[in-house]
Amino acid sequence: MSALRLLKLSLLLIAVLATGCASNQQAYDYTAFRRAHPRSILVLPPVNKSPDIKASNSVMSYVSYPLAESGYYVFPVTVVDETFRQNGLTLPEEIHTVTHTKLREIFGADTVMYIEITDYGTHYQVLASDTRVTATGRLVDLRTGDTLWIGSATASTNENQGSSGNGIIGMLVKAAIDQIVNTLSEQGHRVAGVTSQRLLAARPNGILYGPRSPLYGLDPSPR
Amino acid sequence: MTRSFFGGLLLVGVLLVGGCATRTPTLYYWGDYQPQLYAYLKNEGTSHAEQILALQKVIEGAKAANKSVPPGFHAHLGLLQISEGKPELARMELEAEKTLFPESAVFMDFLLVKLAGGKSR
Repeated sequence: MSALRLLKLSLLLIAVLATGCASNQQAYDYTAFRRAHPRSILVLPPVNKSPDIKASNSVMSYVSYPLAESGYYVFPVTVVDETFRQNGLTLPEEIHTVTHTKLREIFGADTVMYIEITDYGTHYQVLASDTRVTATGRLVDLRTGDTLWIGSATASTNENQGSSGNGIIGMLVKAAIDQIVNTLSEQGHRVAGVTSQRLLAARPNGILYGPRSPLYGLDPSPR
Repeated sequence: MTRSFFGGLLLVGVLLVGGCATRTPTLYYWGDYQPQLYAYLKNEGTSHAEQILALQKVIEGAKAANKSVPPGFHAHLGLLQISEGKPELARMELEAEKTLFPESAVFMDFLLVKLAGGKSR
């Protein structure tokens, strides 16, 4: 193999590796987000469309990490919850109807994050049980009313199990075990942690990095 | 010369592969903060006094790691102190939140006014 050929191969390898991290999804339009420069995010208690009543508190307890580590001030979720409660608002559906003006007046937040949980829990099937949590998020500028970002994410216990093809009996046995493990260990809450991270941490098509992050302003520019 | 050049290219390739998996250190020390938030929101299992003790361990961990506790931490601790009937400790926590994170000033002032009004003196 000639040195030139080796060089070409090396460059090709580097090009492939360098693009490997990027996704092929269509790039999100961040025009409004970039213009708004939000510093703080008020996460309201998530609206829960699943049958599991634990879902809203479960997801709410996980939102601080991804947003704060992405560089934003995140309002204390328990204190926010308690503040609404003391004003007679206990249902997330009611809380989501509070006006932007009122939210800005009480919390002084730059933005509000509305979360809706569409799936939370274990679905029992004949061959496998699947614990899945799916949620959508919408970030709105409280100063202008502009929607800055919309996204959704899902996570499931089936992701890492793969299809090992152990035959139908092996799969049935596995299904029985899965159901016990999934219900006993509050599997839904664990999966919700992964969903929250995927939904709310800065990443391609996710929210942009905020001012408290060393990566602020370094998000890839729109092409 | 050519050998070191190819070696260099290989190194760049390795760095790029590693780049996908690189984890930057966290901005804050989290410890058990989020599990404690869940414990509070669920309102079952541990008492507020036990939750305060758990959060004080997080503060110790943060000091040892030389990092700040996350946004909301001191305000949450303040909320627990209010529920334990300790408004003076609560006030200190709300002030700490405001000092650490000025973005919280409007909300903390709102809570501090309520706290002062609720005190029986």
